[in-house]
Amino acid sequence: MSLATGLLRRQLLLAARRPAQVLSPLIFFAMVVMLFPLGLGPDPRQLAEFAPGVFWIIALLSTLMAAEDMFRSDYEDGSLEQLVLMPSPLFISCLVYAFAHWLLTGLPLLLMAPLFALMLQMPTSALGVLLVSLMLGTAVLSLVSSIGAALTVSVRRGGVLLSLLVLPLYVPVLIFGSGAVAAAADGLSAQAHLLILAGMLSLAVALAPFACAAGVRISVDAG
Amino acid sequence: MWSFFHKLGSPPWMYRISGTILTWLLPVTIVLLAWGAIWGLLYAPEDFRQGNSYRIIYIHVPASAISLAGYYVMAIAGATSLIWKMKMADIAMRCAAPIGAAFTFLGLLSGAIWGKPTWGTYWVWDARVTSMLVLFFLYVGVLALYEAWDDEALGAKAAAVLSLVGTVNIPIIYKSVDWWFSLHQPATIKFTEAPSMHMDMFQPLLLMIVAFYCLFTCSLLLSMRSEILRRESTTGWVRKLLLGEGAGAV
Repeated sequence: MSLATGLLRRQLLLAARRPAQVLSPLIFFAMVVMLFPLGLGPDPRQLAEFAPGVFWIIALLSTLMAAEDMFRSDYEDGSLEQLVLMPSPLFISCLVYAFAHWLLTGLPLLLMAPLFALMLQMPTSALGVLLVSLMLGTAVLSLVSSIGAALTVSVRRGGVLLSLLVLPLYVPVLIFGSGAVAAAADGLSAQAHLLILAGMLSLAVALAPFACAAGVRISVDAG
Repeated sequence: MWSFFHKLGSPPWMYRISGTILTWLLPVTIVLLAWGAIWGLLYAPEDFRQGNSYRIIYIHVPASAISLAGYYVMAIAGATSLIWKMKMADIAMRCAAPIGAAFTFLGLLSGAIWGKPTWGTYWVWDARVTSMLVLFFLYVGVLALYEAWDDEALGAKAAAVLSLVGTVNIPIIYKSVDWWFSLHQPATIKFTEAPSMHMDMFQPLLLMIVAFYCLFTCSLLLSMRSEILRRESTTGWVRKLLLGEGAGAV
């Protein structure tokens, strides 16, 4: 346990020392939010209709952007190798990496979501569902990306490959996440969508760390 | 049982046995394909509502069935290679990926062609169609990851992990037509009840499905054989095989 908290503190400390890296996915998010009204036209009704999907796609892309760096620097300076050699189970460390990734991308996104929802003319009644679905969904995304990041960290031009591997796995989250928000915006109950998202999260928490640990081992072998 | 399992891991044994299997499986496949195609395309009765356009079912359904089965083959081979570190499983996984992707593409393409006369459009973002597209991308992802590594053994391991992760999506694809009742019709063929189509149409379809399974097996074995030769090209048995008995001393 102390290892997990120590590792988490280290991850957050490293991120705090390089604020630009943490902020860039968020700035990216804000900029794409700005692009959609320019591309689709500023008509509020049309924007409100597209907002759930737009929101989720941007969330997906900004998670993906940050995922590329999840293991990169630790792989390059060799600390990932030390982590593999440690007697504590690797999957717990992987879970910590995914959690730190979520704290640094999912959580800020969640905090900024109300502002962007307002800008995209999303009805305020859907705001609660948006936040809950984002909380569940981005956590799944972080866990899934941790697998992809672990598998591609030692590969040249791993970033492009990562998106190829991970985007198809993001699809279910996108369907139910935007489904939940769209249902709430139409005044329907979003409970079924949210429950499925919660189910996905439980599945991902239970299984993804093991796949991620296998990926880390393979990548460290390559170095 | 175990000795068979161990033999399965030996390239020369696999090469020989796959050759023997192919000598009878290839003719059987060709006959089944021709029989099924002629029966389905020429002799099966015309559909009451769709006319002759429904006949593409004899390509579409078998190809789609294989695209899912191919993913299972790839994932199971991947698991086998991760657990028992078997060279043949690596090769099976590597060879199943492009074949599966090709069948998925064929399923999507034939579905699009069929969609035009029946749904009035080539493409809809329907649950089944979309999930098949996702399946195609999963295949491509596994292949891309495999090829991205300089070390082939590590690439195989990484691709195996990815293909196992991707299996989560397979039940979703399989069940998508039952869960989201949309444009694509629910499954016609079920193991538990009689098919919801006429026997005269169903029998050639069943034949085509069997033929496509044979076709998949043949393509897999053929492609595995060439992959075995490529990987083992420096070994004695390959040299002996290609240059004749006397070359062993070289």
